[in-house]
Amino acid sequence: MTAAVGARKPFAWRRTLDWVAVHSLGLALGLMFTLPVVFVLLTAVMSDSQAFTADLWPREWHWGNFVEVFDKAPLLGYLGNSLLYSLLATAGMLLSSIPAAYALAKLRWRGRNVVFLLVVGAMMLPPQVVAVPLYDTWSSLGLTGTLWPLIAPYFLFDAFSIFLLRQFILTIPQSYVDAARVDGCGEFRALVRVVVPMARPGIAATALFCFLYTWNDYFGPLLYTSEKPDRWTLSLALSSFKGMHHVQWNLAMAVTLLIMVPAVVLFAFAQRSFVKGITFTGVKG
Amino acid sequence: MTATLERVDVARTAPARGRSRARVRHRLTVLAFLAPAILGFALFFGYPLVATIGFSFTRYDLINPPEWIGWENYAYMFSDELFRTAVHNTLWFVVVLTAARVVFALGVASVIARLKSGVGLVRTLCYLPSLAPPVAATLVFFLVLRPNEGPLDAFLGWFGLDGPLWFADPVWAKPGIAAVVLWVSGDLMIIILAAILDVPQEQYEAAELDGAGPVRRWWHVTLPTISPVLVFGVVNSIILALQLFTQAVVAGSAASGSAEVTGATKVLGYPENSTLTFPMWLYTQGFRYFDMGYAAAMATVLFVISFAATALLVQRMRKATHQEES
Repeated sequence: MTAAVGARKPFAWRRTLDWVAVHSLGLALGLMFTLPVVFVLLTAVMSDSQAFTADLWPREWHWGNFVEVFDKAPLLGYLGNSLLYSLLATAGMLLSSIPAAYALAKLRWRGRNVVFLLVVGAMMLPPQVVAVPLYDTWSSLGLTGTLWPLIAPYFLFDAFSIFLLRQFILTIPQSYVDAARVDGCGEFRALVRVVVPMARPGIAATALFCFLYTWNDYFGPLLYTSEKPDRWTLSLALSSFKGMHHVQWNLAMAVTLLIMVPAVVLFAFAQRSFVKGITFTGVKG
Repeated sequence: MTATLERVDVARTAPARGRSRARVRHRLTVLAFLAPAILGFALFFGYPLVATIGFSFTRYDLINPPEWIGWENYAYMFSDELFRTAVHNTLWFVVVLTAARVVFALGVASVIARLKSGVGLVRTLCYLPSLAPPVAATLVFFLVLRPNEGPLDAFLGWFGLDGPLWFADPVWAKPGIAAVVLWVSGDLMIIILAAILDVPQEQYEAAELDGAGPVRRWWHVTLPTISPVLVFGVVNSIILALQLFTQAVVAGSAASGSAEVTGATKVLGYPENSTLTFPMWLYTQGFRYFDMGYAAAMATVLFVISFAATALLVQRMRKATHQEES
């Protein structure tokens, strides 16, 4: 911005030094965050015996470990459960949260602020607080040991998604919605025809977060399905993987990496939506 | 469409009645949009919250009907040594994680914000760990910090240093878990980074004209401008620390050598209950010992504390939204 002014020599020197310092610091940070994953990858392709040693570099590359883990544990079953939980929950969230977020962002009604505060409150409530009565209810319905207690709530209410979607819909100019109304659209059509298409990046970001949250969830599956191994999700299975196979580090790390793949692929394709969504959760102050 | 036309017609002939009918219609629309959310809120937050408080005054094992015992569960907390341990550990995490997470995220974001090239790449690298499931992230750190065999110990060995036992040492297990949480705090970094990049350029230029160097500009311009986001970071970290569960469970059970999901309650909090957090003790009491009444009492305490933290955040956000609307 002021480079032209600072063209004199001593100043340029300081600038270069500054540039080098900041960029090597940035590089160091990037490495610090990624090195653990590199170590995990290196361990995942070691032989069984080498994984126990202090060696950091694999003597032979056992890429077959990534296939072998599928024989050691019913990973495909866990994967199916994880996908069922994440995909159904995300679909249910979209159905229930988009209209609610629209009502909170674009419709005027008394009590709107109170309802919004309740949503924020629910968002911050630790899941452990409501776990006892909910478990009690699901258990009396005979649904513990299934994935339904995890999925069903999303078809009605997901506080975080309502909050995030509201933030996105607020940024759509009111005039577009008003124009739709003047053209004779009912609120439902204004939502479907105007707001949803315009909020598509926000909806994508919210869906990504919902998918990621449920994919990574540990407490929920532990609470409802830990007694039923064939209903385990990947996270739950991973936490017991070590115990099941006498600390086979290479295989445990191969599973760890496999679990991260879907999230990383999603992120690669939707980086911008992710970043937008994250910045929106921070609420510009 | 026809409905709106009709509304206009009615409004022309009988203004008062038409307006009230439109108002009813509008209210019904709002209600229809919110119906699932209202039902869901009642079923999954309202009812269980009230029920938790109710259960907290009972002895309940999920099989026999709840038996009213008054304040006994709350009184028992004072004599329950592991409750005290759990509170102590969770407080440790609240203090350490809140301070460390905000300072760390602010530091990383400040460096990234000053990069002239590669911002996107470095930001992506720093965020990547946040995509890992907490179970996976904890196991990653477990591997990296493995005593004698892990890369960190190898690194320390170059300097002739011996690393601690980390997850197997009651003193170092908590810092180990804190390290995992810091490693996955990419979302807070991005929030702070966005706030820093949003600081109006003119403010920096004005400060520069006043002769302020980069450090003073950061201290006097950047920090005050992004302080609302830092408040968000503090409250968000408090809530996160109060809920700390997965990382502690996984670290403890992995370090104890018997990573079993079911049964085996003795591995929770390993070593020497140094990683036993409040939600973990709540979970153990309720869903391992089936002392639902006591678990509900602990949940009530957790609710009161989380509510206080949330109220703080809501107050702040309310201010922000008022600015937004005016």
